[in-house]
Amino acid sequence: MIETNRSNNGHFAIEASNLNVHYGNFRAVKDINLRIVSQSITALIGPSGCGKSTVLRAFNRMNDLVPSAWAEGKVHFHGKNIYDDDVDPVEVRRRVGMVFQKPNPFPKSIYENVAWGAKINGFKGSKEEMDELVETSLKAAAIWDDVKDKLDQSGLSLSGGQQQRLCIARTIAVKPEIILMDEPASALDPISTLRIEELIQNLKEYYTIVIVTHNMQQAARASDFTAFFNMDGDRAGYLVEYDETETLFTSPKEETTEQYITGRFG
Amino acid sequence: MPREVFDRELNELRIDVLRIASEVEDNLIRVVNALINKNETIARHLIETDQDINRRYIGIVMDGLGLIARQQPMAGDMRLIASVIEIAGELERIHDYIKGIAKTSLEIGSEDKLLPSMALDLPHMAMLTQDMLNRTMIAFSENNAGLAQVIPASDNLVDDLFNRIYGDIIEYASQDPKLIPIANQYEWVIHNLERSADRVINICEWVIYMATGVYQELDSEYESPPIS
Repeated sequence: MIETNRSNNGHFAIEASNLNVHYGNFRAVKDINLRIVSQSITALIGPSGCGKSTVLRAFNRMNDLVPSAWAEGKVHFHGKNIYDDDVDPVEVRRRVGMVFQKPNPFPKSIYENVAWGAKINGFKGSKEEMDELVETSLKAAAIWDDVKDKLDQSGLSLSGGQQQRLCIARTIAVKPEIILMDEPASALDPISTLRIEELIQNLKEYYTIVIVTHNMQQAARASDFTAFFNMDGDRAGYLVEYDETETLFTSPKEETTEQYITGRFG
Repeated sequence: MPREVFDRELNELRIDVLRIASEVEDNLIRVVNALINKNETIARHLIETDQDINRRYIGIVMDGLGLIARQQPMAGDMRLIASVIEIAGELERIHDYIKGIAKTSLEIGSEDKLLPSMALDLPHMAMLTQDMLNRTMIAFSENNAGLAQVIPASDNLVDDLFNRIYGDIIEYASQDPKLIPIANQYEWVIHNLERSADRVINICEWVIYMATGVYQELDSEYESPPIS
């Protein structure tokens, strides 16, 4: 198993063991062993098609939504394999939230966007308690000051960067333990990107974050750990190297990693 | 192949530092010869050259920082740039020592107060230092940590020589108090050569970091006595 040097006192938020994900007959990722350190930011990087998004989606069974997808191996979360038959994938996705590449607010008010997740997860509190949850979530996503005077306006009226922070607030409102982010800033301008990165840094105090990014500088800037994936001759993605971000970007152990991060790949 | 422009720029940076090193190697020998032969023209030329070395050192630092800003280097590229900047700094400081010897040479002037053994010992010390630097820069150009690792052992020879010459100078000065000022000048000369060799060891440390990603301090066992 490839492990990081730092174990955060041995506490891992989620662990993939011998994970293989297939789409029909095609094996998309193979033999992934990866332990994500709690309350840290882990970046998954690698060339297109190396399976990093597939691994990310395996962490909250989002791949189940693809009809031909099936997984082998285990993903342990709180000691339980989330692929066991008695596990409810909806409950997994509540506790392991996801933010997507393109901001996808609902065509509803800013308030409703944040309240929605809590409502479908059976929020039973009063109006005041919901107001408080919305405000706390928007504050945690560093967008409260931008929207506090226009909570009834459509989420779609916001800029791209604001929409993405709204989506992060929506994810936070469900009170997950882990937040998965699939290229959360790739559709944003550089300043909005830096705001999202800053936000991610602040969020790790409370959440474990796993982020897929094409942008190596972003991985270097914003993450504590980095996992580099590549694909073999069968186009199956595999984990090449996993280490503290500073180590991986200054002194990678594998030649393939060196070639990729120095831009001399292929 | 991606990053051809970047590779070319990295190579230019590498060549720039090798050129400075080559000049520093030559000047280590030239300055001692100027001292022994009392050649003021060469001594003055080396003092002037130091300004050029300083300017080129700053040029390497700026080029390296420019590459960091424009190319966002990672891993081996980043280690190369960081090491080149450090190595250029060490070379610049070695040349400061060369300038110091050149100035001393002018201060001593044409009076023939040189110990007979100096005519052999000083060039020997300079050659040992030059050889260390030469091998270190070969290790640099070959990205060869193994070679850089063994070079500090040669510093013991420089230190031994320093120790012996230092003893000779003290003995020489103790014969006549009037010789103390000139003895002091020669102490500075050997001090500068000895420190130059120590700077070469610093360069070895950066070559090893560049090649392996691990920075380790390399010390020769001997510590030179303080100069009075």
